[in-house]
Amino acid sequence: MTQRMNRPRPQGGGLELAAWYLVRLSGLGLFVLALAHFSILHFLFDPSQETSNFIFGQRWNDLVWRVLDWALLMLVIMHSFLGVRTVVGDYVKGGARTALMSGLYLLALLLFALGTMVVVGLPSQVLAL
Amino acid sequence: MLLRYRGREGMLAWAFHRISGLAIWLFVVIHIIDIYLAGDDPKAYDTILQVYASAPGRIGEVLLGAALLYHALNGLRIVIMDFWPRMTHYHRQMWWASWVIFVGLGLPAAFIILKPIFVPG
Repeated sequence: MTQRMNRPRPQGGGLELAAWYLVRLSGLGLFVLALAHFSILHFLFDPSQETSNFIFGQRWNDLVWRVLDWALLMLVIMHSFLGVRTVVGDYVKGGARTALMSGLYLLALLLFALGTMVVVGLPSQVLAL
Repeated sequence: MLLRYRGREGMLAWAFHRISGLAIWLFVVIHIIDIYLAGDDPKAYDTILQVYASAPGRIGEVLLGAALLYHALNGLRIVIMDFWPRMTHYHRQMWWASWVIFVGLGLPAAFIILKPIFVPG
C-alpha cells in the first residue's frame, strides 16, 4: 500500500501552485547552499574564530562568497516563510490568520533588508535604526 | 501519540519535518539579526559569538545541525516523490535510507562541533 503524505500539488495553477514549486526548488538550492554554509563554518572553521573581523576581513573579502551568501539569504527567507505560511494555514483560521501572516510577511521583508544591507556592505545608518 | 498513530513512517517523517523546519526558521530569524549586528555593532556581535562558541552553544549547534540535516534529507525525499511519483512506492525505504545517512554524517559532525568543549585550544 502506498501512502502519500506529501502536500498534493495544488490544482488550477495560480499563486498556490507557484508557492508549491517555489518551496521545492528553493529547497533543492538550500540542500547545497545551507548544508555547505553549516559545514564550512563548523568543520573548516570553528565558531570561536568567527569574529566580525573574520567575517569582513576574510570570509566576505571575496565577492563570490558575498553573492553566494546573498543567494542563501534569499532562498532561506523564501523557503522558511513559505513553510511557516503553510503551518499557519493548517492551524490558524480567519482574522487571526490574516493578522499573523501580515506580521510574518513584514518580518520576512525586514530580515531581507537587514541581511541584504550587511552582505552588500551598506552602512547601517541607511536605515537610521 | 506519534508512535501509535496509524500513519507510521510517513506520519513521523511529516511531524519531524514540520518540527525541524520551525526550529530552523526560528534560528534563521536570530542568525540574520546577529550577522546584521556584525556590521552595525561589531563589539556586540563578538560578545554574542562567545555564546555560539560556549559549551551550551555548541550543544545547540549540534541540535541545529541535526534539524538541518534531517530536514534536508527528508526534503529531498519529498521532492523526489513529488517530481517522480513512482518513487512514492519506496517512501518507507527512502525514509530509512535517510536515517542511515543522517547517523553516518551526523555522528562525526557532532564530534567535530563538540570536541573543543573537551579539548580546549
